[in-house]
Amino acid sequence: MSSGITKVTSHISPNEQLIFERSQTGRVGYRLPALDVEEQPADSLVPAAFLRDDDLEGMPEVSEVDVIRHFVRMSTWNYSIDLGMYPLGSCTMKYNSRLNERVARIPGFANLHPLAEERDAQGALQVIYELQQHLAEITGLPGISLQPAAGAHGEMTGIMIIRAFLDARDGASASTRRTMLIPDSAHGTNPASAHLSGFSVKTIRSTAEGLTDLDHLRELCAHGDVAGLMLTNPNTLGLFERNIAEICAIVHEAGGLVYMDGANMNALVGVARPGDMGVDVIHLNLHKTFSTPHGGGGPGCGPCCCTKELEPFLPVPRVIQNQDKSFALDSNQPQSIGRVKAFFGNYGMMLRALSYTLTHGNDGLLEATEAAVLNARYIAKGLTSDFDKPYDSPPMHEVVFTDKRQTRKGVHTLDIAKRLIDYGFHPMTIYFPLIVQGAMLIEPTESVGRQELDQFIDAMKSIAKEAIDDPELVINAPHNTRIGRLDEAAAARKPVLRWKPKQAATAG
Amino acid sequence: MLDSIGLKSAEDLFDSIPETLRLRRPLNTPAPLAETELLTRFEQMGARNNGAQRTSFLGGGAYSHYIPTVVDHILSRSEFFTAYTPYQPEISQGTLQTIFEFQTLVCQLTGLEVANASMYDGSTALAEAVLMAERVTKRSKIVASRSIHPQYLEVVETYVQHAGIHLEGVAYDNQTGQAGAGLAAAIDDQTAAVVVQSPNFFGCIEDLTALAEAAHAKGALLVVAVTEAISLGLLKSPGHCGADIVVAEGQSFGVPLSFGGPYVGLFATREKYARQIPGRLVGEAYDKIGRRGFVLTLATREQHIRREKATSNICTNEGLIALAATVYLETLGRKGIQEVAQQCLQKAAYAAKQISALPGFSLPFSGARFNEFVVRAPINASELLARLGDKGIDGGIALSRFWSDNPNDFLVCVTELNTREQIDALIAGLNSLSNSH
Repeated sequence: MSSGITKVTSHISPNEQLIFERSQTGRVGYRLPALDVEEQPADSLVPAAFLRDDDLEGMPEVSEVDVIRHFVRMSTWNYSIDLGMYPLGSCTMKYNSRLNERVARIPGFANLHPLAEERDAQGALQVIYELQQHLAEITGLPGISLQPAAGAHGEMTGIMIIRAFLDARDGASASTRRTMLIPDSAHGTNPASAHLSGFSVKTIRSTAEGLTDLDHLRELCAHGDVAGLMLTNPNTLGLFERNIAEICAIVHEAGGLVYMDGANMNALVGVARPGDMGVDVIHLNLHKTFSTPHGGGGPGCGPCCCTKELEPFLPVPRVIQNQDKSFALDSNQPQSIGRVKAFFGNYGMMLRALSYTLTHGNDGLLEATEAAVLNARYIAKGLTSDFDKPYDSPPMHEVVFTDKRQTRKGVHTLDIAKRLIDYGFHPMTIYFPLIVQGAMLIEPTESVGRQELDQFIDAMKSIAKEAIDDPELVINAPHNTRIGRLDEAAAARKPVLRWKPKQAATAG
Repeated sequence: MLDSIGLKSAEDLFDSIPETLRLRRPLNTPAPLAETELLTRFEQMGARNNGAQRTSFLGGGAYSHYIPTVVDHILSRSEFFTAYTPYQPEISQGTLQTIFEFQTLVCQLTGLEVANASMYDGSTALAEAVLMAERVTKRSKIVASRSIHPQYLEVVETYVQHAGIHLEGVAYDNQTGQAGAGLAAAIDDQTAAVVVQSPNFFGCIEDLTALAEAAHAKGALLVVAVTEAISLGLLKSPGHCGADIVVAEGQSFGVPLSFGGPYVGLFATREKYARQIPGRLVGEAYDKIGRRGFVLTLATREQHIRREKATSNICTNEGLIALAATVYLETLGRKGIQEVAQQCLQKAAYAAKQISALPGFSLPFSGARFNEFVVRAPINASELLARLGDKGIDGGIALSRFWSDNPNDFLVCVTELNTREQIDALIAGLNSLSNSH
């Protein structure tokens, strides 16, 4: 028995090491069929100087059961939607149906090579085409590309489309139109995506009500340099920008285009359509609104949807339907911004999203939206007595609170979030949007029933009480997890970003 | 519930949306399907994908390799696939430790010191590498070999078009199939990076050591893309050859073809550039009583803090696919990765030798190869492959899909999954179809 093992633990899993620390020389967890062609010396096929010279030293040598236990133990340290409510604002953590998973694994799709000829991939192209049709109907925007791999990738695509459109419309004079307007409440990806497309960013203020400041927008639009506006709607405070039509008109009048960040589409599906509001281009997050799983940080899928006018600028290849009803790839789009990803995007996510759309049906999609908004309203009402709610307007699918009342006792948003873990919930999104001090952004989604909403509200109220009666309890939370709060500042000062064997580590 | 919040109907939930903007009709999408109906529908569509049912020799950036059964079992655990990005480390250690192991494995395979938590895929990882090279060197010219996957080059072109970067594509060598002599000649003191793929799109292995020397002599970086990541089990790591940034498509590591995605981009570089790396990084950290854990770190590079000054706009990456690659690499392990690579090499060599012996067939490129190679047929490759497809074999990718010259050329890929029997059937098919023409 090696020293250092802590025997007195409730479960062995807290001791799970890194796989490299478990590795035993010579252990294997696989078997390949014997080679069925005559083996040639490797250096007779490839010059010796090109061959690997380190025998992959340091890579793990473990058995299959080692692998299974390793990952199953680690999995028990994760919170997940299947365990309970995951109210991360702006992330739309809704239930991921197992049926969608099954669909994505159908061999006719899972085993299909992306460079199979069109005639040999008709079913796969049909899935893309049908999903495009449904997304066009849901957004009111007819031009669709499913190629972007995630929300930020869809944003970049949308902004590049705006740039290509302006360059085509204005010719050389487009070079004076390089300003992208972004509200101070926006996701950080918005300015980062605008920058990638060669735009400089100007920030629009929000009003005391939490909406875009129209006067400030007009002022910023008065200089002839505005390429467009990036707007999230409902915005990141969970409020519908009720002046959206006027906002679009102001930007259009100034010669710019309107890009909508579709991260919050879960509040709108079946109720209102960005295309009807005057929006020119939007990205969706299939991994939010259309229930494809987040996978611990991806894969996502960030379709870009645009007006007829912008359609020629979408990435290639486009998936189209021929007169004879067959499906085809069209790369003959001279105004296209180009390709944003190899092949066709995160196809497996498209299968799941189409499955979601078809199992819900049109009435089910609307019901999901209603339930998502109803749940957020219920939480908004339930928590108003104990937490500061900075905006009076009723929220859509998510609601923001602050830690203003709790800070008097030295309890901050981070502490409340960590204490929520002790109550069995995943915390809400914290410190976002940036314009709300100590923001707590709560998005329950439609996948939570009233009983669980009540439990969440009770937990939050209980924490509010603890913040008064026993603030230390909250400040030192969480108390029931495998590890306590980690020293992130130290981790960033001297980053250790990979495992190294002991000797190598001391050698530097 | 409506009552308890003082509303009369679900309608009232949307009062803040002006009436003129409301959709006052049902969505024109289909009525709901039951589970059995839905499965039937998708199975029928899946059955229309002939390509999924054939013996396949298709590569070109996506590869058929054996996926151990354990991979999908681990991936199917709710705790992994229904979790979000690990923003709360106390309840995300499963994901965080997995990413730390993934980063380590990527470093080991590429021979570099720092790797990130993943990019969307190989092509976007390459585009991000080019952007990073510009940041590191503060130079604006990129010299790239035309032997890189054409779709990868298209993606790079899209990404750099507004970044003030000049991308110069340099012809490959018609004899060797490797990067041409013009590549080294094009490097000057404005060059941020030399970019190659190895093995390249034609399956030929590039002389990375020589290219690294040529790049470094002018103060430029060497950026290497790998589309067939299994080759890393056999070939000298790009890092040891002198590459400064290595990106790879990780699909070969336990990820189904799935018509092109989701896959996973690998991204590695030298330690001194760690603060210029795009995307998320996981690092070791300790709690108050000294227990080891893992956290997202060096976040000041990222969009949620730096906004327009971030090293990239990437947020969601390919977490679950990185998990698949991690499970795959740990299951196959040090020995298995090498054995898979060795089988690919040997079987491809056997196939290449047999095909080149067929009357009228030749291998136009002399460069050393791993598991892909270009074949020049005596007849039009598209037509030949179409008829081979009717016999149940996808024999390769006609290069006329990418370039108009050499319409008789096609790209063949052989992996450990192709049995000798399948290879022999391919050879017999090529022989009989080219004779009967």
